[in-house]
Amino acid sequence: MNIVSLILTISGLIFFFGGAIGIIRLPDFYTRLHAAGKLDTAGLLLTMSGLAVYTVSELSLGSLFTAAKIMFIVMLIFITSPTATHAIIDAGFIAGLKPWTKQDQITARESEPTDSQEE
Amino acid sequence: MQSQSNKRQEKPSKKFENLLPFTLTFVLLFPVWLMLSGRFDLFHIVLGIISCLLVSYFSWDLLFSSLAVKRIPTTLPKFTMYIPWLLYQVFLANIHVMYLVFHPKMMEKIDPQIIKFRSRLKSDLAITTFANSITLTPGTITVYATDFGNFEVHCIDSQSAESLPGEMELRILKIFNE
Repeated sequence: MNIVSLILTISGLIFFFGGAIGIIRLPDFYTRLHAAGKLDTAGLLLTMSGLAVYTVSELSLGSLFTAAKIMFIVMLIFITSPTATHAIIDAGFIAGLKPWTKQDQITARESEPTDSQEE
Repeated sequence: MQSQSNKRQEKPSKKFENLLPFTLTFVLLFPVWLMLSGRFDLFHIVLGIISCLLVSYFSWDLLFSSLAVKRIPTTLPKFTMYIPWLLYQVFLANIHVMYLVFHPKMMEKIDPQIIKFRSRLKSDLAITTFANSITLTPGTITVYATDFGNFEVHCIDSQSAESLPGEMELRILKIFNE
């Protein structure tokens, strides 16, 4: 039981780590939200399930209730996280922020050497 | 003719139609109270019953509108079947985004784009479920969804863009029988 909860928690932490790295590495606001909004949800699901399994390993009514409360948190996050992500990305579009595309990167690369030549 | 007979049938049973969502809300709320309080003495249970009755009196039409109650017996089992599939998809897609994020040449792998499509889903609940499912599946975020089923989705690369609307929409169509 402890091993199962350990595996769940650690794989959850890996997802959190991936989310954090993604926020740093991805190029713009919208793509960063992909990492922030979703990898964190998966990470939380796994970490919390790990904790729930750990509490259930001592079987009693109280520990079952604690596990159920933890699963309530997971359910809440699963409903609110996509909604919040959607609200943030919608706010970005309303404010008029343009999404980064591959084309931007190509034009940026082409303009860089010409800038240096002019200098 | 048909609409008239329907109206006649609805009028006497209106009180009952209010009662059913009320009881459902109560039945849903009370175990939550029991679980969160964790105490089973008379005082706490009576307190729970009173507050659950109050809350379900105020908000009986919030969770289950009388229209939705009729559809629960057919929708709920299908919806429960949908959740494991969704979790599996979320898992697969998470692995994909993890792969992208840790890939050394990430900037060449990703190709953010916005795709627009029109969905066949009609009811509010179906569209909300679909929009949230898209957002939960990593690589895609719903930017905009209208009542008429127009969707705008931001995708992180072309692979996750190709998967839309696809199988997920078909499954939700089946759940809500549209």
